[in-house]
Amino acid sequence: MSTLTEVADTHGSRITWAAVDTWVVAKRHLLHLVRRPDELLGTLMIPVMAVAMFGFVFGEAFGVAMDVPGSEYREFLLPGLFALTMAFGIGNTTISVAEDVRGGVLDRMRSLPMSPVAVLAGRALADMILAVVELSILLALGTLFGWQAHLGLGGVIAALGLLILLRMAFSWVGILLGLLVSGPEAAMKYFALVFPLAMVADTIVPTDLMPGWLAIPAEWNPLSSTVIATRELFGNTAGPATTWVGEHALTMAVLWPVAIIAVCLPLAMARLRRLGR
Amino acid sequence: MITDEPAIWTQGLRKSYPGRGAALDGIDLAVAPGTIHGLLGPNGAGKTTTVRILATLARLDSGQAWVAGRNVVHDRAGVRARIGVAGQYAAVDEVLSGRQNLEMFARLYRMRAKQARQRSGELLERFGLVEAADRAVRGYSGGMRRRLDLAVSLIRSPRVLFLDEPTTGLDPRSRIEVWDAVRELADSGTTVLLTTQYLEEADRLCSRITMVDRGRVVAEGSPAELKSSVGGRDLDEAFLLLTEGA
Repeated sequence: MSTLTEVADTHGSRITWAAVDTWVVAKRHLLHLVRRPDELLGTLMIPVMAVAMFGFVFGEAFGVAMDVPGSEYREFLLPGLFALTMAFGIGNTTISVAEDVRGGVLDRMRSLPMSPVAVLAGRALADMILAVVELSILLALGTLFGWQAHLGLGGVIAALGLLILLRMAFSWVGILLGLLVSGPEAAMKYFALVFPLAMVADTIVPTDLMPGWLAIPAEWNPLSSTVIATRELFGNTAGPATTWVGEHALTMAVLWPVAIIAVCLPLAMARLRRLGR
Repeated sequence: MITDEPAIWTQGLRKSYPGRGAALDGIDLAVAPGTIHGLLGPNGAGKTTTVRILATLARLDSGQAWVAGRNVVHDRAGVRARIGVAGQYAAVDEVLSGRQNLEMFARLYRMRAKQARQRSGELLERFGLVEAADRAVRGYSGGMRRRLDLAVSLIRSPRVLFLDEPTTGLDPRSRIEVWDAVRELADSGTTVLLTTQYLEEADRLCSRITMVDRGRVVAEGSPAELKSSVGGRDLDEAFLLLTEGA
């Protein structure tokens, strides 16, 4: 029979345990993907289809509109699709958290002597690991279609870092939404809301080709900052940066995600505590 | 460690939800260590709310509550380290296997990886889940799932175990399996607070029963005392008389 060991409740040990617990919870979500690979395939299908549709079906026409050849449009497009894939991850995060609320797994975890923040942070960590997998596949696919990074490995790593940071921010958005919606069905119903987030941005169409009233929210979309910054770091074709946000894309690509996490994480924790009312 | 002080003790437990009025309207409970205590009442009587408060899952509005010598408001971590929760809401992961569930929760109970594997193996054996250990829980029968749920709640050998309607929806055979497991636990010194709407379950398992209705305690005693207090032959009669008269 195992005996109960008292864990010293110091500040240092609390942080260590939060990290261990977060990893244990993250592993749970990764095991889900191994046991249900169709979900991972479903998530990956969106960017793969987007490369095919936007790259080739619309690509030549967009190239004409931008006054560049189709191949150069695809170079412009891929960093947009990397970030777009990060945004589409919100759907899975929201659904999975809503399922855990409904199924009682979150309640079970809340009754354990584990770190409260790890209950949710485990999902965010799993999302970031998943993002690494998705981005690797997209990089390979992009290379296959003639996309290239021109500024060396350092730039690639920095760009991937920004994309993963963005995914972490969106993960916390998804976690918060998952705790707020009435159930996984509702999360699925509202999934279409990801489209404006993903597309009213400098992802697929350069903002200077959008009507003026739409260009402003598109430029201020956090996604745009990451896309413009990664285009810079990859040395890819970019639209003209004329606005303040566009000119400070690198800074904003760090600030936006940090700000989103700073808002969503405490709100999600407050909501988690209130689940029991 | 057996002491004379109650394993669960509450006084004047009150809790109301906005728009729905009082869920608990002053619940007093005292549960002796190592016993199975039944919380019996119709749907909406406040059984689940009481357990959720005692398991630190919900907050109380007023009153006092102590579990395993720890205050549920001021020492949540202390309570959580000493309790197990199983039943209708504290679920297991449907996608993972039984073994993966046990190992994950064991790690979250702060066991080292090796210890977690060993403890999971023990519990799978004890609850007759060895054969199904590596299958997804989604494919388990109702009885197997409840047994896994119970196994998870026992990972850290809790001093106090909360079972919220542990046999609701089970077939008679699975119900008896769960009863046997609960009896064994009490024999080994665990205090069990069990909520149920089944009179037979309370009669068979519990040494003492607290009957609740509309957030209040309407009677308290051993099954025999409750039967004789209303001059009836069985608990059904006592239950109907007490809950209607409230």
